[in-house]
Amino acid sequence: MQVQVKLFAFFREGRFKEEGRELADNTMVGQVVDDLGIDREEVGVLMINSRHCQFETVLQQNDILAIFPVIGGG
Amino acid sequence: MPEKIFRVNMTDLSTSIEAVPDNWSGLGGRGLTSTIVAAEVPPTCHPLGPNNKLIFAPGLLSGTAAANSGRISCGAKSPLTGTIKEANAGGTSAQIMAKMGCKALIIEGQPQGDSWYSLRLTPEGASIEKEEKLIGKGNFAVVEAIGQRLSESVGLMSIGQAGEMQMAAANISVKDPDGHLRSCGRGGLGAVMGSKKIKFISLDAAGGKVEIADMEKFRAANKTFAKALVDHPVSQALGTYGTNVLVNIINEAGGLPTRNFSKGQFDGHEQISGETMHDLIVERGGKPKHNCHKGCVINCSQIYNDSAGNFKTSGFEYESIWAMGADCAVDNLDKIAEMDHILDDIGMDSIETAVTFGVAMEGGMLKFGDSDEMIRILKDEVAQGTPLGRIIGSGAGNVGKIYGVTRVPVVKNQAIPAYDPRAIKGIGITYATSTQGADHTMGYTIATEILSVGGKADPLSKEGQVELSRNLQIATAAIDSTGMCLFIAFAALDNATCLPALIDMINARFGINLTGADVTNLGMNILKTEHNFNLAAGFTNKDDRLPEFFALEPIPPHNAVWDFSGEEIDTFWNF
Repeated sequence: MQVQVKLFAFFREGRFKEEGRELADNTMVGQVVDDLGIDREEVGVLMINSRHCQFETVLQQNDILAIFPVIGGG
Repeated sequence: MPEKIFRVNMTDLSTSIEAVPDNWSGLGGRGLTSTIVAAEVPPTCHPLGPNNKLIFAPGLLSGTAAANSGRISCGAKSPLTGTIKEANAGGTSAQIMAKMGCKALIIEGQPQGDSWYSLRLTPEGASIEKEEKLIGKGNFAVVEAIGQRLSESVGLMSIGQAGEMQMAAANISVKDPDGHLRSCGRGGLGAVMGSKKIKFISLDAAGGKVEIADMEKFRAANKTFAKALVDHPVSQALGTYGTNVLVNIINEAGGLPTRNFSKGQFDGHEQISGETMHDLIVERGGKPKHNCHKGCVINCSQIYNDSAGNFKTSGFEYESIWAMGADCAVDNLDKIAEMDHILDDIGMDSIETAVTFGVAMEGGMLKFGDSDEMIRILKDEVAQGTPLGRIIGSGAGNVGKIYGVTRVPVVKNQAIPAYDPRAIKGIGITYATSTQGADHTMGYTIATEILSVGGKADPLSKEGQVELSRNLQIATAAIDSTGMCLFIAFAALDNATCLPALIDMINARFGINLTGADVTNLGMNILKTEHNFNLAAGFTNKDDRLPEFFALEPIPPHNAVWDFSGEEIDTFWNF
């Protein structure tokens, strides 16, 4: 299945801003994070289609997955 | 030296020094400004008349070596909202004021005639001088002139043309260590200073120092505290991308108010994002990291240069960039930086002014995205005080009325900032119930709802949001009294050593024994003091509501509406 992956802040360094990826059915979010070489400890927020999700959430065809480090402001 | 209250009466141009009353001795920052306003300002007075008072107070730890303790609080009755108001800023003034032993400066009365004045604060007290040369000038000209007239190292708080003209969006600028500006931004406090005919206040501690009751204990606690701040990943991201790191995540969450709050996502988000800003700053030889006061270990400010490599602006914040950017459909960061610089110079709140432009665009005064016309209006109309300029300077609520717009994002007439309350509901409770009109900093639920700091809450659900906002508003009122930057809250929410170390520092500074419960009670008392002032000024629970359009117009992409009932909102005050 096809999933769009977006990275933010320093997760972009040496990787990409946005990329389409072909994934096996039933792939979990955490698997994508691991495959990108991102330390799970550094992940602050995960969203699928603008809703927060977990490492264990199973991706669906055409999902947009956004991966953020721990960030804040205000 | 023992702390004192400096009082300045602008009616008879007299000054005095008073002992600190016992019931004010444990207070600082917002806790003190709000207590003094509540005690001395008639709630129904005109905010620009002789009965309003303008109060400045450093925090409990300002002037010490405590990390991030350089915030100065400014309080009065607000000409924008009609409520009590406290706005705080970094810069050097809080530390200098604390070092001269001034616990609070109270400015009261109003001079007759057209003369303008300045105030000079030293350990000997306040003095009033006539000012002519700098009247009509912007804040940057004031900083430069006072640097030459007195010294580069004096503290300085000033108003630009907007404050002189008593515009409801006028702010008070505070000089930072490099001669750039921070702002007591919200609620029109610059207009109150203008109504007292004070162009600027200079501060010189003349070598004074803050006394610490138990220096050993203080140093140990500060070490723990600073480590908690430095170690937190949010602090590290703030030092790299500034607060503007939020553009992309709030956009992704569907809560970035766009085109005057008609959508929750902005097509141009990437162009105005913190990531883009960081790369531009580095490419142009600016500084991604900059501190607004000595002792800050987070460094969320920055030096943003123009394309020729010359200084353009600093303290370039998410809220300002969102407001001039997404809310006005402007996707050019250099145009936004140009406006940020002009707003610093003429002394206006970047949130109120830009949200006002968004409403003006909705009403047809200018087109969405027309940043050149925004810049022209700021320079040729607002700074010159033309009728159109004064309309823009009067805030979003007024412009909505003048143009017959129903989508006017204000609470208690103060512009709603950078998080849509339909898509991020907890912050809507903060906007509705804040004692100061819509203000995200009063109870920053975004930490929990979006950033997963200090727990998690579903931003599209109502569950637990009133309690979340209440707890954060109580904690914030207490933090705002310490002189601490609010960004210590990220570490405080996640690291169990942070808050106890902060309390240990206060105890070591004064030789007292506050507990965590005392600090919570302090926060609750401040909120109640402020709320009671508003009730006496004529506000009711019906003012604790969001504008109707939030319930009527679903916001994409979630197509969510604001669905809290008045009764649900009113439970906020059950404490």
